Amino acid sequence: MSVSGKVVAAYGNMITASFETDVQQNEVAYVITGDRKLKSEVIRVRGTVCDMQVFEDTRDIKVGDPVEFTGNLLVVELGPGLLEQIYDGLQNPLPQLAQQSGLFLKRGIYLDCLDRSKQWEFTPAAKVGDSVQAGDVLGTVPEGIFEHKIFVPFDFIGTAKVKKVAEKGSYTVAETVAEVEDEKGEMHNLTMVQEWPIKIALAKYKERILPVEPLVTGCRIIDTFYPVAKGGTACIPGPFGSGKTVLQQLISRYANVDIIIVAACGERAGEVVETLREFPHLKDPYTGKTLMERTIIICNTSSMPVAAREASIYTAVTLGEYYRQMGLNVLLLADSTSRWAQALREMSGRLEEIPGEEAFPAYLQTRIAEFYERAGYVTLEDGSKGSVSIIGTVSPAGGNFEEPVTQGTLAVVGAFLGLTWARSNARRFPAIDPLISWSKYVEQMKETLDKIDPNWVAMVKDAQKMIFAGDEIKKRMDVVGEEGTSLADFIIYLKAELIDAVYLQQNAFDDVDAYNTMERQVYVFKKLTEVLRKEITAQDKEDARQIFFRLTALIKNWNSSEWESDDFKKFEEQINEFIGS
Amino acid sequence: MREIVTRIKEITGSIASLHATGVGLGELAEIQSPGRKTLGQVIRVSGDVVTLQVFGGTKGLSTNDHVRFLGHPMQVKYGESMLGRIFNGSGVPIDGGPEPVEEDIPIGGPSFNPANRIIAKQMIRTNIPMIDVFNSLVVSQKLPIFSIPGEPYNQVLARVGMQAEADIIILGGMGLKFDDYTFFKETFEASGVMNRVIMFIHQASDPVVECLLVPDMALAVAERFAEAGRRVLTLLTDMTSFSDALKEISISMEQIPSNRGYPGDLYSQLASRYEKAVDIEGLGDITILAVTTMPGDDVTHPVPDNTGYITEGQFYLHNGVIDPFGSLSRLKQNVVSKVTREDHNDIMNAMIRLYSDCRESRNKIAMGFKLSKWDETLLAYGEDFEKELMALEVNIPIEEALDLCWDILARHFDAIQTGMKDHLVEKYWPKKASGEKNAA
Ligand SMILES: Nc1ncnc2c1ncn2[C@@H]1O[C@H](COP(=O)(O)OP(=O)(O)OP(=O)(O)O)[C@@H](O)[C@H]1O
Ligand SMILES: [Mg+2]
Repeated sequence: MSVSGKVVAAYGNMITASFETDVQQNEVAYVITGDRKLKSEVIRVRGTVCDMQVFEDTRDIKVGDPVEFTGNLLVVELGPGLLEQIYDGLQNPLPQLAQQSGLFLKRGIYLDCLDRSKQWEFTPAAKVGDSVQAGDVLGTVPEGIFEHKIFVPFDFIGTAKVKKVAEKGSYTVAETVAEVEDEKGEMHNLTMVQEWPIKIALAKYKERILPVEPLVTGCRIIDTFYPVAKGGTACIPGPFGSGKTVLQQLISRYANVDIIIVAACGERAGEVVETLREFPHLKDPYTGKTLMERTIIICNTSSMPVAAREASIYTAVTLGEYYRQMGLNVLLLADSTSRWAQALREMSGRLEEIPGEEAFPAYLQTRIAEFYERAGYVTLEDGSKGSVSIIGTVSPAGGNFEEPVTQGTLAVVGAFLGLTWARSNARRFPAIDPLISWSKYVEQMKETLDKIDPNWVAMVKDAQKMIFAGDEIKKRMDVVGEEGTSLADFIIYLKAELIDAVYLQQNAFDDVDAYNTMERQVYVFKKLTEVLRKEITAQDKEDARQIFFRLTALIKNWNSSEWESDDFKKFEEQINEFIGS
Repeated sequence: MREIVTRIKEITGSIASLHATGVGLGELAEIQSPGRKTLGQVIRVSGDVVTLQVFGGTKGLSTNDHVRFLGHPMQVKYGESMLGRIFNGSGVPIDGGPEPVEEDIPIGGPSFNPANRIIAKQMIRTNIPMIDVFNSLVVSQKLPIFSIPGEPYNQVLARVGMQAEADIIILGGMGLKFDDYTFFKETFEASGVMNRVIMFIHQASDPVVECLLVPDMALAVAERFAEAGRRVLTLLTDMTSFSDALKEISISMEQIPSNRGYPGDLYSQLASRYEKAVDIEGLGDITILAVTTMPGDDVTHPVPDNTGYITEGQFYLHNGVIDPFGSLSRLKQNVVSKVTREDHNDIMNAMIRLYSDCRESRNKIAMGFKLSKWDETLLAYGEDFEKELMALEVNIPIEEALDLCWDILARHFDAIQTGMKDHLVEKYWPKKASGEKNAA
């Protein structure tokens, strides 16, 4: 039963409404202004009135405008057909919206999130007489290369008896595929589509386990030095223009997961366009299908309504959790979580809450933690494993990491990939600064990583030490000049520079170098370690510099040669000669 | 027209409140004082209290004044007869001409559906080598000029306006000094482009709220022209004044500031304007070139900082030139050597690399280190680079600028020292350069 109310005040994207009977915190309501219904969410209840954030432009709203409370929390639709979609922050499909309302977004139009006319090839799994509960599998439909499981709704209460199951055949998402009787003897028609409230974690699994499997991104500095685990979390803070988005775009292409969810949260529309125009033509390096077939784009860019931006990352993570329930590995890329935090701040300001640092609300840290906690590696009820990993960018004001969003995020994530202007201005891309970044997964995944090579972690740490040593020498050299530096120190500095030039840096625009499989990284890194361990004999600094020039050029050429190609072998031989000599 | 007439109850800063019912958020009101009329916009309604932001400022406003609600939000005129005209921040002509008889369109409209966007891929020629060659401006790009106050940013803006390939130029001036306003007007008139120009000018002495309307009016008009198939270049100067106006008003609304007094929604406010830049498939487009003055030359100041997070790169204006370091056009990779000449990408990189080496040699001088022969070469090269390419007066098409790049290189270096690819050297290295070195 919907409850009705009336607008009593409006300011910015917040309205205050009176209501009859009862309302629920976070329930969805519609403000009716003229002939439009504007979606809103209750965010505070005070006696007989409640404050709501409106997910649309609030122009024309008047005191006295009717409000319809729905009694439902803000939900997403879950079912086959989510893949390849481009949604706004509230799961409105943008291409369909374009067909209906033209060039510009019109407010108050809410379309079906899942295509109601598309037929899916259903294969039943449950049988008449089975006892089922929330999250049990009723059947499957193929969605691209995946077997999309159709579940008993995750919010189904108690145990039910299956009374009827649809036969193998084609059905739309809205057609009944099973009829079940609940404990009270009531019948329920179950379809392929169900809803789940986005702000509540979908946690229907047996247990959460420690992430120990590496999530390979194809980016050497990440996978080798600061790895991320499947089911883990990482953040990429960096000032503007330091390469956060480019890095995420690379990861979205090459990461070895089943499904990618791109959440463009309050950033430029132009950047999403690259993804949505190019992914249908780019190949997934693991399956050979197009990248679009494993991707969902949630696009609530900077000029779209701020409240919907706040919702967008929850929409994204809920879709991720849904696919995890099928035993898949999902990676959520959120760009940028700072814009989401700013949306929280805007709303908190309107609510006149007591502000914390930089006017962010006091609960910012809790919200950040809650969000990243929705990542995880889990064992599902049927014993299979699934994961949601989250990599979020952070856009710190003034590029200063001592600000609330960066700090709040660093406190909860497993890996920190910090980008700096020092590196991006020097065109050292990806501009992840090895001197400040860290990953807790190196230790956590040590057992798995050492399967690569018994000394893997030790080798990585050695290289890291050399990078730090090189940096120390560089700093001294900036003061005393090259003349005041010993040849031995100078060579350590050059070795650190070599690691940087041929391993940490990676050319995003070179077809081969842009992405390295783990196999290749291991091979190259071992060779590099060999080179680094080699005693370099040089007459003087100029001579040393020349030696490293040649070495750098050689390994760079090797990096851009196709794996195991003739060129690859040729350059490897030349490197071997170099070490041998 | 539905009209409600009432009287003002309260006045603070640029805000006035009064009792009225049936008024919508964003609705426009006309305040009639003895001897003057000003507009205001509803920014808050609560019970029967309506809060207005008064465009003309509240100076001299009286509780006795009558307020009439117009039943629609702020609008601007749109049409061909706007071309060549100058308006203030309320959309009223200030060039002495008549009010144009044109359609009224709303300002601050909804965003372009991202699903309708296309990848930007056309270059805009400006004939300024530091832009065309080193950081090409691309159709639908949004790019600010970061500048210390006192740099010739308005001169650069005016030049781009006059020389860029665009059908229509819309200038939005915010907090513009009278001299600058006159400069733009005279420059556009003298160069004969005024008949393609529309100016919305908020002068430094005008009421602060009008400053906020300028980009919205400029971009609303730009959007309609773009939908009608026109290529529009929108010039906005100075977005720092715009942000300061936001700051002033949000503080008078008792909003809690986030950073150095600026409101927490500064990012969203700026983004909703800059994101109007668009290339509409099969129709026209909007490109935005803006000025952001950096107080104290501090790029971490909230205005340049938030701007940098929104725009697609930036030009740094330093010591009267567009600095190749720090300046970045993020969209240039879409056009460089794709729609421009094949040598563009390589020569651009080589020139910058060598110029950066030149700066290091200059540092050596500053540190009192000894210079090598190579340093001397670099220094001479750097000087020519600055004189012939960087100077703002240089005004040549990109092809000529690329040739000049080769010429400067050949004057100072052997081909091998430049690291240029052989096939490019073969094709483009000048056989006879205007200097001592020339052998390829
Ligand atoms: N891996 C890379 N290789 C080469 N160039 C890069 C790389 N990463 C970034 N760049 C350059 O830096 C520019 C900015 O990168 P990007 O858009 O990713 O920055 P960002 O950190 O997301 O900035 P913002 O916070 O403003 O969104 C790119 O347009 C490109 O020119
Ligand atoms: Mg970015």
